[in-house]
Amino acid sequence: MSLKKVIITLLCGLVMPFAFSCKKTGGDAIKVGAILSQTGPASFLGAPEAKTLQMMADEINSNGGIDGKAIDLIIKDSAGDPEKAISFAKQLIEEEKVFAILGPSTSGESMKIKGICEEAKTILISCAAAEVIVNPVARYVFKTPQNDRLAAERIYDVMKKKGISRIGVVSSNDGFGLAGKEQLEKLAPSKGITIAISEVYDKKATDLTGVLTKLKARGVQAVINWSIVPAQSIVAKNMKQLNMNIPLFQSHGFGNIKYVTEAGAAAEGIIFPASRLLIAESLPEDNPQKAVLVKYKKDYESKFNEDVSTFGGHAYDAMLILTEAVRKAGADSEKAREAIENIKGLPGTGGVFNFSAEDHNGLDINAFEMLTVKGGKFVKYEQ
Amino acid sequence: MSLEQFLQYVLSGVTNGSIYAMAAIGFNIVYNTTGIINFAQGEFAMLGGMTAISLSAFLPLPLAIALSVFLVSLVGALVDFAFIRRLGKPTVLNMIIMTIGLSIAIREVALHIWDEKVRSLPYFTGTEVSSINIFGAYISPQVLWVLGISGIIVAGLALFFRYTLTGRAMRACASNITAARLCGINTRNMVTVSFMLAAAIGALAGCIVSPITQTQYDCGTPLAIKGFTVAILGGLGNSAGAVAGGIVIGLLEAFSISVLPLAYKDAVAIAVLLIILFVRPAGLFGKKEAARLKEF
Repeated sequence: MSLKKVIITLLCGLVMPFAFSCKKTGGDAIKVGAILSQTGPASFLGAPEAKTLQMMADEINSNGGIDGKAIDLIIKDSAGDPEKAISFAKQLIEEEKVFAILGPSTSGESMKIKGICEEAKTILISCAAAEVIVNPVARYVFKTPQNDRLAAERIYDVMKKKGISRIGVVSSNDGFGLAGKEQLEKLAPSKGITIAISEVYDKKATDLTGVLTKLKARGVQAVINWSIVPAQSIVAKNMKQLNMNIPLFQSHGFGNIKYVTEAGAAAEGIIFPASRLLIAESLPEDNPQKAVLVKYKKDYESKFNEDVSTFGGHAYDAMLILTEAVRKAGADSEKAREAIENIKGLPGTGGVFNFSAEDHNGLDINAFEMLTVKGGKFVKYEQ
Repeated sequence: MSLEQFLQYVLSGVTNGSIYAMAAIGFNIVYNTTGIINFAQGEFAMLGGMTAISLSAFLPLPLAIALSVFLVSLVGALVDFAFIRRLGKPTVLNMIIMTIGLSIAIREVALHIWDEKVRSLPYFTGTEVSSINIFGAYISPQVLWVLGISGIIVAGLALFFRYTLTGRAMRACASNITAARLCGINTRNMVTVSFMLAAAIGALAGCIVSPITQTQYDCGTPLAIKGFTVAILGGLGNSAGAVAGGIVIGLLEAFSISVLPLAYKDAVAIAVLLIILFVRPAGLFGKKEAARLKEF
């Protein structure tokens, strides 16, 4: 045996106990990965989501963890890039060996890593809305935001009551916009709505007067804008600028008071479906969601000094569901997966969750409330 | 198409076109004295908008914008002092790579100073809901500000380059840098002035469009890409060409929307650019000889 080999053997002997001991302490913490677009075009989703997860993990850990196990949260910033999301997912699964992944923030990213997590048997609780994430169901993939279809249904119901039948649709060219456009077009005939024109704009669009002029010329009675990007405020401003005095409906992507501030007076009267988080304080006391909504809103706003948004709420729900499952089934991914499917009547920020083996979203049409903007604030829409 | 609609598309095209033209003019000024494309030009616009938004919290709007333009022009000077001057014998390639690096760095710094949220300046006159009727077409009062201020900038620059000593010196650098040096022009200082001027114009453009387009830490890049396209189309280094190119691209985009789905907007603009470059490689108004003399 050469000297070199002896040294190597000795070193191995020295290092091995540490390797084992590392694994042992690692067992006391539950590694949870999160892939969120903290920066980039979808940062308004990822930034509040990341803050929410960190806040919850800190709170859980300072209360002694889940059954004595601390949460080791690893947040990766994908900047909204599906390619980055894929490499982070692989890294989290293969190198960090995480127990579950929360996020990604956008539908496009979620779809890219759906298969990866399913194959690796790692629980994925997405914070993105598109229905395709959980339909068809993948055993390990869940999502917390309400389905686009439910939002589209709520919008069409309001339109019918207002006597609107001929509309124009604009949507952004990202996962959220395209999924929403698809749902709107699919549902329209059954709801008696004619989509006279449907246009897609770039997610970084800064001027939409051109396309709105086209809508105006088609004589539509209302406009639906389906996106999560800052263009939501621009649509509102451009419509007023073009003197289009028809109702503007937005998707649940509008649930961020920042967009109201940006659109200023042009935001007044916008009608959109959203979770009750935005009107938490004015909910009746007997609403099952009230307690969790008010607590989250208060915790978040006092800690970060900024308005709470429904997007952060999706991350809140993801962490809530995961901890609920771990509490019941322990840190075993197969058992925890089953535990999530058995969650019933769990009030979260997005609604009351009732999961099943077929329904990996757990929310129904009641999860949405129709809201409108009045005096720069979100209020319940009364017909 | 009715007359109102036609007019509406024209107005939309001219508005966007004049925004593109301002970005292109920024490229041209730096190109003329240094022969490089400053890819951080879009970031100057972003910085201008963001700084003015922050300052407007405690200063009246005109003062906030003026101060922001001044501060960003200092950033332009700093870019030259700290980086461009330090390169001993810079090649065009490493100067370009440096500006690309700078644009990324400025964006990241802005992200840390201001965070990722969208912001905007208040409308200069009226509000988000004001609308002016021009023969049946409607525009926001801010559009008039954009058109007016870009017009003033173009006219001001034309006067500056024609009648002031500094302006003439910069033109001398543009036509032949060695000859300019032999005439006693401090070409290094001219480079600094050109960076300051480009930064100031970028910042002012960033301020006047902010109420309409909104400002975010990464809003500079798309603007720079459009500005670059327009600068090439008009003929690099030619400011009148930039204005014409900007309006051509703006109108093309606007009218392409009227007949094609919106998604093809950029494709139409780029296709036209390619066709023009095949027919006239130096751009619409660029001189062939001048284009050959440049290193780029």
